[in-house]
Amino acid sequence: MMSSTPGTGDDSPPATDAPAGPVISAKDLRVQYGDREILHGISFDVNAMETIVILGGSGSGKSTLLRTLVGLEKPTSGAVWVGGTNLAQASQSELDSARKKIGLSFQGGALIGSMTVGENVALPLLEHTDLNPSTIEVMVRIKLQQVGLIKFQHFMPSQLSGGMKKRAALARATAMDPEILFFDEPSAGLDPITAAGIDALILNLKRALAVTIVVVTHEMASAFLIADRIIVLDGGHIAAIGSIAELKQSTHLRIQQFLNRVPDSDAEDDADHLKLFD
Amino acid sequence: MANLQERIVAPLSGIGSAIERGLAYLGGLTELLGRAFAHAISSPLKRRLSLQRACHQAMVIGVGAVPVISFITFFIGIIMALQGAYELKRFGALQLVADTVAISITRELGPLVAAIVVIGRSGSAFAAEIGTMKVTEELDALETMALHPIGFLVTPKLLAMLVMMPCLTIWADFMGVLGGSVFGVTGADYTFQSYFGATLDALYMRDIITGLVKSIVFALVITGVGCQEGFSTGAGSEEVGRSTTAAVVTSIFLIVVVDLVFTAVFYVTGGA
Repeated sequence: MMSSTPGTGDDSPPATDAPAGPVISAKDLRVQYGDREILHGISFDVNAMETIVILGGSGSGKSTLLRTLVGLEKPTSGAVWVGGTNLAQASQSELDSARKKIGLSFQGGALIGSMTVGENVALPLLEHTDLNPSTIEVMVRIKLQQVGLIKFQHFMPSQLSGGMKKRAALARATAMDPEILFFDEPSAGLDPITAAGIDALILNLKRALAVTIVVVTHEMASAFLIADRIIVLDGGHIAAIGSIAELKQSTHLRIQQFLNRVPDSDAEDDADHLKLFD
Repeated sequence: MANLQERIVAPLSGIGSAIERGLAYLGGLTELLGRAFAHAISSPLKRRLSLQRACHQAMVIGVGAVPVISFITFFIGIIMALQGAYELKRFGALQLVADTVAISITRELGPLVAAIVVIGRSGSAFAAEIGTMKVTEELDALETMALHPIGFLVTPKLLAMLVMMPCLTIWADFMGVLGGSVFGVTGADYTFQSYFGATLDALYMRDIITGLVKSIVFALVITGVGCQEGFSTGAGSEEVGRSTTAAVVTSIFLIVVVDLVFTAVFYVTGGA
């Protein structure tokens, strides 16, 4: 069942044999919490320097998929290759090496509350490089400049607005010049102007850094603006995968419902009510 | 007959489950502390950063606790002298009050009071800090940056506690004896000089060492329990409150148990 190298059925190769082609590759990925399976055998590839948006409603499994792609969740079965490492079989040191090639911007920022914005951005550089403090200071200022927070270097995270926290988290995520950038709900909870600013920032970074970007969101406008391809998740399955144009032409009921903001039909009897909770 | 069996088996089963949970908890503590030590020696860069963070923690844990430990042990010294004098006076042995205070403070009350204050200030703070970081995804953020939460958070706290607990215990011993001397001078015909002379005569080095050995084990318990409860925090802010309370209650229970075990061991091996 577990395929360790994309496109092969080999069960026990080393976890760092880099596959040629896609920088991210999920093969028959299953994730289970207790008895409940959240992802039901998902497979997809993400190519280098591509921006892919994982779209889905609440409970569709998109956050679980993101956590699995960054190694925070171990899949029950299947393989997930990120930057040449199969995270499903990686040892701790292999996982650490893979994580140094990625950056993740969390939904709420997840900035370390006891450190200033500048210290947060400097943290991975301090921990993983031998750069001297003055070089790190310069790099921190460059990263903060990129996200428009240079004046807030010495602020504590609690002194920042929601949008500023997300931008500071983005600066931290790019501190190590990662090959792959992940975003968890980048525009959730923001006003439309700030959300548009975050979208513009992602597009700017895409151009400036030439990185692969994976964005998990449920914001359609944001997805259409930044995506090269979109994966639509529904109930732990991939309902559709393709470009924006392909998606708009899809006749899949769930996708049309999602694109056109059509609610689930109301239950008419007790049996229907129970189905809504499935 | 079946009912009788049930009445006998059910409580035994409950006791067995409680023992199993207790052993699992202690196993978890041991693993956490072992991994924290392993991170301390993992690489020169990590060692340097851990020491820097440990110095910061030492200030918070140690220096911050000095005023409250000073007051509490000073007052306890006076109380011990008063309580001792009440009984000693009946036997015409009031001059032994300095010995009574010195031995009870250095062997028992100094380390215990210092530990309880540190639990209240720092053990609870460890649980709250790590618990909040878990709720706000900061622990996940550390992991995605290839930083290990145990090495990043627990190791500096552990190093700081292992240095500061013995220091605080010695300070608590001194303040307790100072408190006893206030009664000695005002109520037992001592001068400060003669009181401290009597204290030094009454003490053996093993009395001080007994307290210091206990304080090092207390440091392990307080750090381990505080951090373990923080890491076990569930979802939601109310869980942070639960883990903080659990850290304080469990730490106090465990240091009393550890104290009992060490006191018994020192007694049996002739150290008491």
